[in-house]
Amino acid sequence: MGLTGLAIFKLLPKTNCKECGVPTCMAFAMALASGKATLDQCPYVSDEAKESLESATAPPIKLIKAGAGDNVLALGDEQVMFRHDKTFFHPTGIFIEVADNADVAAKVDEINGLSFERVGQKYVVDGVAIVNASGNADTFKDAVAAAAGKTDKVLLLVSEDAAAMEAAAAVVADKKPILYAANADNYEKMAEIAKKISAPLVVKGKSLDDTADLAGKVGYKDLILDSGARETSKVIADMTQIRRQAIKKRFRPFGYPTIAFTSEEDPYLEALQAQAYIAKYASIVVLKTTELACLLTLFSWRSNLYTDPQKPIAVQPGIYAIGEVTPDSPVYITTNFSLTFYTVQTEVESTRLPSYLIAFETEGLSVLTAWAGGKFIGEAIGPWLKDSEINDKVNHKKLIIPGGVAAIKGKIEEIAGWEVIVGPREANGISSFAKLKLGA
Amino acid sequence: MPVQILKEKFTGSVQEVVLGATKEEGGTRAYTVKLGGSSTLPFLQYEGSIPNRPAIAFEIMDIKPEWGAPFEPYYGDVWNDPVAWAKKAEELGADVLYLKLAGADPELENPKSADDCAKTVKVILENTTAPLMVEGPGHPEKNNEVLQAVGEAAAGENIALGLAEKDNYRSIAAAAMMGKHCIIGRSPVDINILKQLNIMITEMGIAPNKIINDPMSSGLGYGIEYSYSIMERARWGALIGDKMMAFPVICLAGPEAWRAKESYAPLEEAGPGWGEQKPRGIMWEAMTAAALLQAGGDIFLMRHPESVKLLKKHIDDLMKPNDY
Ligand code: B12
Ligand code: SF4
Repeated sequence: MGLTGLAIFKLLPKTNCKECGVPTCMAFAMALASGKATLDQCPYVSDEAKESLESATAPPIKLIKAGAGDNVLALGDEQVMFRHDKTFFHPTGIFIEVADNADVAAKVDEINGLSFERVGQKYVVDGVAIVNASGNADTFKDAVAAAAGKTDKVLLLVSEDAAAMEAAAAVVADKKPILYAANADNYEKMAEIAKKISAPLVVKGKSLDDTADLAGKVGYKDLILDSGARETSKVIADMTQIRRQAIKKRFRPFGYPTIAFTSEEDPYLEALQAQAYIAKYASIVVLKTTELACLLTLFSWRSNLYTDPQKPIAVQPGIYAIGEVTPDSPVYITTNFSLTFYTVQTEVESTRLPSYLIAFETEGLSVLTAWAGGKFIGEAIGPWLKDSEINDKVNHKKLIIPGGVAAIKGKIEEIAGWEVIVGPREANGISSFAKLKLGA
Repeated sequence: MPVQILKEKFTGSVQEVVLGATKEEGGTRAYTVKLGGSSTLPFLQYEGSIPNRPAIAFEIMDIKPEWGAPFEPYYGDVWNDPVAWAKKAEELGADVLYLKLAGADPELENPKSADDCAKTVKVILENTTAPLMVEGPGHPEKNNEVLQAVGEAAAGENIALGLAEKDNYRSIAAAAMMGKHCIIGRSPVDINILKQLNIMITEMGIAPNKIINDPMSSGLGYGIEYSYSIMERARWGALIGDKMMAFPVICLAGPEAWRAKESYAPLEEAGPGWGEQKPRGIMWEAMTAAALLQAGGDIFLMRHPESVKLLKKHIDDLMKPNDY
C-alpha cells in the first residue's frame, strides 16, 4: 500500500520547476506513485518530506547485499507473491552449515568443490554458515578465520553470543558476512557490531510478533528476518505472512529478506524441505547436506522458479560447430530454446562425431511448441536453409531433424532442395542413431 | 508488536472428487480416495481447510515399459504381468493405481484390442483393492474404443478414464457417464484451454464431482516452471470462485521426471557434479513432485518406490496444522 499520487504531491515543493523532467510537481507525484520515477530526480524536496516519502515509495522488500568482491549476493527486493504476476528477482541463496568444532578447512574445501553443470548452466553453493556449535568464542573466531582463508563465498556467522560474534566478525569485517542473530537479549550489542562493519544482521524472533518487534526496535536497517519457526508447515506459513505483509500492506518491520534453516536429518527429506522454502519465499536457505543428488535437484528447482515467465531463455540462433568439423560433418537442426539446444548439444557431443548443430530461431520455444506455433515448420526452415551459410560449410545436403516433427520433412525438402533425415524423437536417442546411421 | 495476520478471504474451493467405490457403493474397492476440497492455497491451513491430503498413484502398464535399469530391481519381476504389478504397487503404498494401456497403441506390432484391455482392467480389479485410474494408449480413435470397453467392464467401480482432450473428449465423456466414472481432462499447459475443456465436459452432462484435471506436468529442469505457474493460477481461480478452474489436479511427476537425462543417466554418462544415478533419479522424481505440491497438486503419478517414501513423509510434514 504505497502512497497515492495526491498524498505524495502534498509533500512536494509545488513550484513546477520541471527539473525532474516532467512538466509539473503533480505529474512527478504520479510518476513516483506508479514507480516510474525516483525521488532523487527532484532536487528540492525537503528532508522531512524525503524521509516520509522514502519509506512510502521504497520497494516493499529491502534489497540487502552480503559478501564482497565477485561474490556479492543480492537478497530481497521482490515485488510479487506469485512468479506469474511478474517474476522473482533474486534467487534464494543456498548455504551449507559447518560446525566450528569440526574440521572446518576440510569441510569448506568440500563445499568449494561442489559444482554442477547442466543445460549450459553452472551451479555452485552461495555461502558457508559457520555455526558456533562449540559455544566457545575462540573456537568460533578460529573457525571463521579458517573458513575465510579457504573461500570467497558469502559467510554467515551463527552465534547468539554477542562477545563471540564481535571477535569473529572483526576477523572478516571486509567480507561483509551476514551476522546471525539478534534476539531479544542481545540485539543492541548485535546491531552495534553489524553497524561497525556494515554487515547485514539477522533478527531472530520466537514468533511473528516477536520478530516484528525486534525488527522495529533494533535500530538498524540492513536486516534479514527469521521468525524462529523450524517445522516445515509453520515456516511456510510464516514466510508467506512476512512476504504478504510486506507487499500488500507495506508493513515495514517485515520489509526485509528472510532466512530459513532446514531441520530434517535425512538429507533427502532435508532437500525437499529446502525446496518448499525456496518456493515459499526464503531469501536464504541453510542446509546441512552436501549430497550431490540433493543439491543438484535443489539448484535446478531454484533455477526454474526464478526464470522470467515472460521470456524463455534462448541461445543465439545460428550454426554451431561441435568438435573438429569438416565438410563431411553431419548437420542437425534444433530450436534456439536454451533447454532444447543444450540437451541436444550434449547428446551430439557424446557421439564424438564432429557435427554442425543449427539453433533455429524460434523465439526460445521448444521443438513441439514451436512447431505448434508455426515457427519450426518447413515453410520457415526451408527458405532459411536454402540460403544459409551451411551450404558453404558442408559438401552434402543432408539435414537431421527431430523425430517429433517428422511431418515437416517433405516441405523442407521441397523448398530447400536438401534431403531430410528424421532423427530420433528424444535427444537421448542421438548416440545410437549416430552409430547406426552415421557410422559414429 | 502484535502482527495482524493477513488472511485471504476466499469464496471458492477446489471441487472434491471421490475415486473408487466400496461394496456399499456398488463397487468392490476396499476404500475410496477423496481428492481436492481445499479452500486455501497449498498448506496454508491457517486460512482455510485442506480436508484431503495429496494422494499417491502408482503408474503401471499393460505391457513391459521401457523404463530400463533404474526400475529393473523394483518391477523386473512383475512388469510383464499387469496384475502382479498392480498388487506390488499396492504393497509399495499406492493410494490409487494408474493403469496406462500402452499396449493398445495401434502403432505397435501386435496392438491389444479394446476387449483385451477391458479384460486386463477386470482382472486387475478382481485382484486389487485400491481405486483405479485408466489412461488410453494416446491414439485418438483407439482411445475412444478402448476407454468405452474399459468403462463398461468397470461399471460401478467409479474409476477415472483419461485422457480427454479438447479435440477428443466426447466419446470418453460418454463412456465415463455411461459407467458413472470420473474423467481426466488434459490441457497442454494452458489455463484457457483447461477452462474451456472443463466447460465443454460439464456441458455434456458430466457432474463436477467427477472431473479431474491434468494440466500437463513438465519435469524438474524441463519446463516445470510453466506447469507450476499454470497450476498456481488455476488454484487461485478456484479459490476466488471460478468453478471451471476448480477441479483436482493430477501431476505426472514420475513419467516427466524420468524423461530427463539427469534422472536416468548412469554415472559414466552423467554431467559434471551429478553423482551416482540411483539417488539422483530418486531425487529428480521426488523434487519434481514436491515442487508441484507447492503449486496445488492433488494426486501424484509416481514411479520409484523410494521417491514415494520421501514424498509421503514430506506431505506428512506439510499437512501439520499451522494456525496462528
Ligand atoms: C512448456 C510448454 C509450453 C510453453 C513454452 C515453453 C518453451 N519455451 O517452449 C508454453 C506455455 C509457452 C507453451 C505454449 C504452447 N504450446 Co506447449 N508445451 C510445453 C511442454 C509442457 C514442454 C515443452 C518443453 O519445454 N519440452 C522440453 C524440450 C527440451 O523438448 P523439445 O524441444 O521437444 O526437445 C526434445 C526433443 O524434441 C528432442 N530434440 C530436440 N531437438 C532435436 C534435434 C534433433 C536432430 C533430434 C534428433 C532430436 C531433437 O530432444 C529434446 C529432449 O528429448 C509440452 C509438453 C511436453 N511435456 O513435452 C507442450 C507442447 C509442446 N505444447 C503444445 C501446444 C499445442 C502449445 C500451444 C500451441 C498451445 C498452448 N498450449 O497454448 C502454444 C504455442 C505457443 C506459441 N507462442 O506459439 C503441444 C504440441 C502438440 C503437438 N505435438 O502438436 C505440447 C506437446 C503439449 C500437448 N501434448 O498438447 N507450451
Ligand atoms: S523538480 Fe521537484 S519541484 Fe521541480 S517540478 Fe519536479 S517535483 Fe516539482
